[in-house]
Amino acid sequence: MKKIFKYVVIDILRNRILLMYTIILLAISFSIFNLEDNSAKAILSLLNIVLIIVPLVSILFASIYVYNSAEFLELLVSQPLQRKTIWLSLFFGLTFSLCLAFFVGIGIPICLYHFDATGCMMIGTGLLLSVIFVSIAMLATVRIRDKAKGIGMAILLWLYFSVLYDGFVLMILFQFQDYPLEKIVSFISALNPIDLGRILVIIKMDVSALMGYTGAVFKIMFGSAAGTMVAFGILLLWSALPVSLSLAHFKKKDL
Amino acid sequence: MIIANKIHKKFGRLQVLNNVSVTCNKDQCIGLIGPNGSGKTTFIKCILGMVVCDTGFITFREKNINKEWSYRNDIGYMPQIGKYPDNMMVGQLFDMMKDIRSHDTKLDEELIEKFQLKDIFQKRMRTLSGGTRQKVSAALAFLFDPTVLILDEPTAGLDPISSEILKEKIIKEKSNGKLIIISSHILSELDDMVTEVMYMEFGFLKFHKKIEALRADTGETKLSKVIATLMLQSK
Repeated sequence: MKKIFKYVVIDILRNRILLMYTIILLAISFSIFNLEDNSAKAILSLLNIVLIIVPLVSILFASIYVYNSAEFLELLVSQPLQRKTIWLSLFFGLTFSLCLAFFVGIGIPICLYHFDATGCMMIGTGLLLSVIFVSIAMLATVRIRDKAKGIGMAILLWLYFSVLYDGFVLMILFQFQDYPLEKIVSFISALNPIDLGRILVIIKMDVSALMGYTGAVFKIMFGSAAGTMVAFGILLLWSALPVSLSLAHFKKKDL
Repeated sequence: MIIANKIHKKFGRLQVLNNVSVTCNKDQCIGLIGPNGSGKTTFIKCILGMVVCDTGFITFREKNINKEWSYRNDIGYMPQIGKYPDNMMVGQLFDMMKDIRSHDTKLDEELIEKFQLKDIFQKRMRTLSGGTRQKVSAALAFLFDPTVLILDEPTAGLDPISSEILKEKIIKEKSNGKLIIISSHILSELDDMVTEVMYMEFGFLKFHKKIEALRADTGETKLSKVIATLMLQSK
């Protein structure tokens, strides 16, 4: 496991795109922290960027990388190695590199400018979102043989999680606005890792008071220690489930 | 050593392997021949576990290869089209293979020397020509001195000198008592190598016989004539 992991990480780090990603994240976070005099407000702006860029880069980079390693995978499968080892090394190599890029690009500036519960929560969610979207990418790529189709699927999945899903939730809210929906909506939101991440960070901030009754419901549901644990549990499930499904599929795949 | 029992494999609706059963033993050099698309490569990939067969099973040294992986330590495989990570250097590729394959035995670097691969160790894999890739594949297959060699069209794309080097090497390893499976379309070059012939057609194994028996059956000495006679007979 360690050997393949090492080769994957070296190969990714040699690929300069990830370095660029880190530098862009660094530039964004430093400029936001320096433009806003209130670092709490800066965190909020940073949150919105993190929730868009991190899943997009993670899912796209991971799926393109997996497709490009087709030859590498084929070579390894004919060697005395377990398929599980090969696939999980690829997964951990990708998550490790993307998490490293996120931690350097966003985590370190947060630690410098705004190191409190909100900041830590944001680093935690960002890292988990990186893992989750690599995991989803692995599932999409193992199921779809065609490269263009697979990468298209990755983009669609990202669109679904970051834009369409919220649209559906809003639509439900407007259609059934006469009914008390807060609990149901917060439950539905928990099914989307990006929404869940947003809620987790926002309720740690003072701005959640501005969200009125919904904010209060969120605070009750996810603000307590138990609620936060449950939310993190769901995020962990989101990171483990797609990759384990993809592993089951990879074990039976013809190369 | 390798026993395949009633293997079936479908790719979509296409039946690629149909009830293939064979037994391969030590000291044999098996020529796997048949027209394009007859399932030779798929059969080879089944042995390596790269393709999972639908029904039937394969055993390697009396152990089912399903979910097993360590048996591949004993196999050297040379693919038909060697696919390697593009931006890896040739030297790095060899280092990586040595790193991931546990080897107690001495490395067999004869082919690396004879093909003069050390000179191109600094080149990236994507810059290599098809023939040079084949040389790299061949050198990798023989590198760990495995007891079983599976060569999928080994000489396709090699220049005459290199293919002669490779043939000599195959014959040398054959005399060391290894099991060698070669698939090829160039029957004339199989003549002085193989001891047995497996002939496949449309996913069926038509026959698997000793070459002397085939020669006696048909009265021909050259393998190409033998196969031609047999193909005419079956029509």
